[in-house]
Amino acid sequence: MEYIIKNGMVYDPLNNIDGEKMDICIRDGKIVESVGESAEVVDASGKIVMAGGVEPHTHIAGPKVNVGRMMRPEDSEKDVEAKSGDRRSGSGFSVPSTFMTGYRYTEMGYTTAMEAAMPPLIARHVHEELVDTPILDKGAYPLLGNNWFVMEYLKNGEVEECAAYIAWLMRATKGYAIKVVNPCGTEAWGWGGNVHGINDPAPKFGITGAEMIKGLVEANEMIGLPHSVHLHCNDLGHPGNYETTLASFDIAKNIKASPKYGERDISLYGTHVQFHSYGGTSWRDFESEAPAIADYLNKNDHIAIDVGQITLDETTTMTADGPMEFDLYTLTGFKWANCDVELETGSGVVPFIYSSKNPVHSTQWAIGMELFLLTKDPGKIMMTTDHPNAGPFTRYPRIIAWLMSSKYRNDLIENELHAWAQKRSSIATIDREYSLYDIAQVTRATAARVLGLSETKGHLGVGADADVAIYSFNPETQDASSDYMTIEAVFRMADHVFKDGEIVVKNGELVKPRIDGRTYWVNCHFNEELEKNVISDVKKKFKQYYTVNFENYEIGDGYMRRSAPIEIK
Amino acid sequence: MIKGTGDMMSKIILTPKEQPQVPLEVDTILPDTLAGKTIDEIKSMNILYGNTEVELQEFFDVEGESGEDPSELQIEFNGDVYNTKRIGQGMTTGEIVVKGNASMYVGAKMKGGKITVEGDVAGWAGQNMQGGEIVVMGNAGDYLGSAYRGDWRGMSGGKITVHGNAGREIAEYMLGGKIHIIGNVKMLPGIHMNGGILIIDGNVISRTGGEMKGGTIIVNGRIGEFLPGFEYLGVRKDIDVDGEVMQGLFYKFRGDFATKGADGVVYTATAKNAHIVP
Ligand SMILES: [Zn+2]
Repeated sequence: MEYIIKNGMVYDPLNNIDGEKMDICIRDGKIVESVGESAEVVDASGKIVMAGGVEPHTHIAGPKVNVGRMMRPEDSEKDVEAKSGDRRSGSGFSVPSTFMTGYRYTEMGYTTAMEAAMPPLIARHVHEELVDTPILDKGAYPLLGNNWFVMEYLKNGEVEECAAYIAWLMRATKGYAIKVVNPCGTEAWGWGGNVHGINDPAPKFGITGAEMIKGLVEANEMIGLPHSVHLHCNDLGHPGNYETTLASFDIAKNIKASPKYGERDISLYGTHVQFHSYGGTSWRDFESEAPAIADYLNKNDHIAIDVGQITLDETTTMTADGPMEFDLYTLTGFKWANCDVELETGSGVVPFIYSSKNPVHSTQWAIGMELFLLTKDPGKIMMTTDHPNAGPFTRYPRIIAWLMSSKYRNDLIENELHAWAQKRSSIATIDREYSLYDIAQVTRATAARVLGLSETKGHLGVGADADVAIYSFNPETQDASSDYMTIEAVFRMADHVFKDGEIVVKNGELVKPRIDGRTYWVNCHFNEELEKNVISDVKKKFKQYYTVNFENYEIGDGYMRRSAPIEIK
Repeated sequence: MIKGTGDMMSKIILTPKEQPQVPLEVDTILPDTLAGKTIDEIKSMNILYGNTEVELQEFFDVEGESGEDPSELQIEFNGDVYNTKRIGQGMTTGEIVVKGNASMYVGAKMKGGKITVEGDVAGWAGQNMQGGEIVVMGNAGDYLGSAYRGDWRGMSGGKITVHGNAGREIAEYMLGGKIHIIGNVKMLPGIHMNGGILIIDGNVISRTGGEMKGGTIIVNGRIGEFLPGFEYLGVRKDIDVDGEVMQGLFYKFRGDFATKGADGVVYTATAKNAHIVP
C-alpha cells in the first residue's frame, strides 16, 4: 500500500525541517522518496505533520502497574470506555487497562512507548501486558540499581563481569536498557531503611549509589547498548535533593557514549528530574532549584533528562523506590502497597492528589515548567509525566499547551495555583514559548535519538518507519499562544495517525485498534567466555537464594508478538 | 401517593413483568431523565439486562403521565424488583417509590430528591450519596451509605432512614449527612468513618466505629463487643449532636486510636452497655 500525505506543515527536528510545506511518501511501512500515481492521497493542507511520538519513560505494564489497577477500583470507575467495533472496553483514569493505554497513546499521535521499570524476575508479566498493549512499539528497562549480582561485581571492581551479567540479563528478560532506581536505597529498604545521597553505602554490600552509577555507566558503554543508563536518582522528592542530582549527573561526565547501535551521544539519562530539583531543607523552606539543574544541562552535553511534569490531577504513584513510597504513605495516610523482589528490587504504590491549592504541589508544577523553559536546547529534554506518577500521560496535550502559551501558564499561576508557585520559583518571570519545532523535539526527536532508535523512529526522513501524526492546527492562520485550548484539543485527538504505514487514526477516530506493535530488546553478545563463568556463578546463586529455577527465569520469544531484537556484537 | 406532595405530582408507574435471573440495571430511569418524555418514549428507553441494552418495556409495563418538571415527577416501581439494581442512582430531584424489594445500589451517588422502598434493599444503597433522602421500610443490606469500593471518600450528604435492620460495614468512610437505623446492625458500623452522624436504635453485634477518625455514632441498643482503641470520656446526659437531640444517659468514647489522628465519637445508651465501660 502506498500513501502520500500532501501539503502538510512538517516539523521534523532530526532532519532540520521547521514548518515546511511538503509531501511525505509512504510505501510498505516506510517513508520513501516518492510513490506512484496510484498512491492514496491524504490531504494535510492547513495541518501539522510530525513523526509518531516517542515516549521514553512511562509505567504501563507489569506487576506494580497491575497492583495500581487492583488497589484502585475507584480510579477505574471514573474513566470507563465501552467496547465499540473492534475496540475493546477498558477503564482507568490514572492507570488505564492495557488496551486503553494503547488506544490513548495512539490517539495522541504516539507510536512508541517504553515501560521504564521491569523487575527482571517478573519480566514475564511485563511482556504479557505489553503483548496486550496494541499498536504501540515498545520496550522495557530491567531494574538493576539494587541487584545483588551487580552490587557484588561492582563492589569487587569487576565491571567486565558485571557487563557480561547484564548482557545475559538483557537477553534473558528481553530488556532494552539499564534502569537504575534509587541505587542502594531500595536494597536498604529491605532492611527498613534508605540511603541518603550518593555516598551512603547499602547495608551488607557496602557499595554506594555513586559507585553503582559509575560502574553501570561503564558497563553500559562496554557493552555498547543503544540507550544510556536510565537513572532515577537517590533522594527523590526530598527538599534539598538537587545537590544529589547534580553530583549523580557529574559521575558520567567523563565517560564517553559508545553505542554499537544508534546515534546516542549522551552517557547518562536522568528521569523525572522535576522530582529531583528541590532546594530547601524541609517542606517549610522548600523551593525550586530547577535553574541550577537547567544551567547544568546548558553547560554539559553528556546528559539528557525527562521532566516528570505535575499535571495537578488525582493520580497513582508507583515506583521501584520502595522507601519513597513509604514516605508518601506516611505523608498522606492513603492506602499503600509494598513489594520486595528477592535479589533484585522492590516497589511501592500509593494514590496521590496533586492540588493547585497546595503550596508544595504548585511549586512542583512550576519546577517542571522551569526545567522545560530554562533548558535552552530541547535536544536535551523530553516531555513525560513519569506516567502515572506526576499525572496521566493523557495530559500531554495540556503540557504542550502550557509550553506554547505563556498566557495559559500565567492564567493558571495567577488564578489557580498557590502563591508559592511564584514565590518559590522563577516561573512567573519566564515568557518563553515553545514552537511546534520545539514540541516535536521534546515529544519525539530527542527521545528517539537518546534511545538509539533514531534510524527508524522520531523523524520523517527516507528510511524511517512510517509512523506519522497529523494534527488539525494551521500554524499559518492560528496562533498557539492565544489559541491554546485548540492546541490542547488537537494534540489529544490526532487527525490522522499512521503506524508502520497503515492508517490507524482516520479523521479523529481510531479505526485499527487490533494491530500489534514491535517489542524492542537488545540481543547482546559481549564476551562469551566471560559470560560462561558469570552464568555458572549466577546459577549457584539461583539455587541458594531465588524462589525460581534458573531454567524458568528466561523469557521465550512466545512472549512477544513482534520480536524486534537489536543486535549488539 | 406521598402525602403532602403527591397531589401536585405527575406519576409514571412501572409494573414489573418478571424479574429475570440476570439482573437489570435502571440508572437511566430517573425523574431527571423521564421529565418531558411521552409514555412511548419512556417505554423505549434503554436499561441494562446483564451486559445487554434492552428497552424498558421488555421488563416493565409503563403507564401514567410524565411532566416537564422533574422535581414534580414521581416514578413508581409497582411491585417487587428484587433483581433490579441502581434504582435512583445519580438522581438529583423528584421521587421514586418502590412497592416491594429492590436490589443493590439504590440511590447510589444520589444528589437530591427522595427514594422510598417499601420492602428491603440489598447492599450498597446510598453509596457515595451527596444529598436527598432514602427511606427503607424493610431491611438494608451491607455497605449502606458507604464509599465506592476502594475509595476513601464516602457518603457526604443527605439522609438515610432504615426502619428494619441493616448489614455489615454500613457508613463505611462516611464524610457527612445522616444515617438512622431503627433496627439492629451487624459488624463494623461506621468503619473508617470521617464525618456525619450514624444513629442505631437497636443493637450492634461488634466493632462499632472501627478505625473511625471523625463523625459521631450513637447506639441506643447494646454493643455486643467493643473495640479497644476507644478512650472512655464518662457519662453524658441528653446529648445534642449537630442539632440531633437524644434524651437519656450515654457513655461517651473517643477513637479509634488504632488509626492516626483519630477524633471520632461514640455514644452508647448506659442502660445496656455497662459491660463495655472500663
Ligand atoms: Zn518512572
